Amino acid sequence: MSLFAENSCAVSVWAEDRDSAIEAAGDLLVTSGRVTPDYVNQMVAAVAEFGPYIVIAPGIALAHARPGESVLATGMSLAVLASPIEFGSANDPVRLVFGLAAKDHDGHVEALAALASRLGDEAFVNKLLNAPTNDALANLLSELAG
Amino acid sequence: MKIVAVCGMGIGTSVLLKMNAEKVLRTLGIEATVEACDFATARKSGESANIILTTPDLAPLLTGLPAEIISIEHFFDLHELNEKLSKSLL
Repeated sequence: MSLFAENSCAVSVWAEDRDSAIEAAGDLLVTSGRVTPDYVNQMVAAVAEFGPYIVIAPGIALAHARPGESVLATGMSLAVLASPIEFGSANDPVRLVFGLAAKDHDGHVEALAALASRLGDEAFVNKLLNAPTNDALANLLSELAG
Repeated sequence: MKIVAVCGMGIGTSVLLKMNAEKVLRTLGIEATVEACDFATARKSGESANIILTTPDLAPLLTGLPAEIISIEHFFDLHELNEKLSKSLL
């Protein structure tokens, strides 16, 4: 099963602030069947509790909560924001918000590694930022092993 | 040598940190096991760690453990990891 399920990626997502940007990535995990809505609340709460370190690289956030009952299957989502949002991180402003849900502590590690290695590649990140449609975005991500 | 990579939940950032730390340690020729774990576990397993890698946000919350704490700003910046780990280990 691919890490990015159908309907898990969206371009031109409008978000007002940090929480709504995280919710956007979380909602994509819900619509693609990976988590229950409760997980989205946990994603927002996690940033409030532990700080904005989920902004893992310039402009890129990896929003997630803990493995638990609200995770139906391991998976990821991506919301490309229509306009950049301040998360309160040194890596602000954020344009790409990835959502991550994991059933356990190990199952997603290889796929995450594959994604991470591509996020160091500026050309790939620019392609994600400029994908014209949800399908084009999904195609870019489907080439990652998952 | 035991290194623990710590984030709030132990599935995202800490996994990336572990991965990149392993790459850097290989190039430095240092033998070490690197574990990824969440914050609460780190307060326990951190007892036996030599080094804790974490984020600037979480570093202040992990003080009081015997391990040296190194905070990393950019997880994809192998240069930063290399510099900070070399300074501590070489």
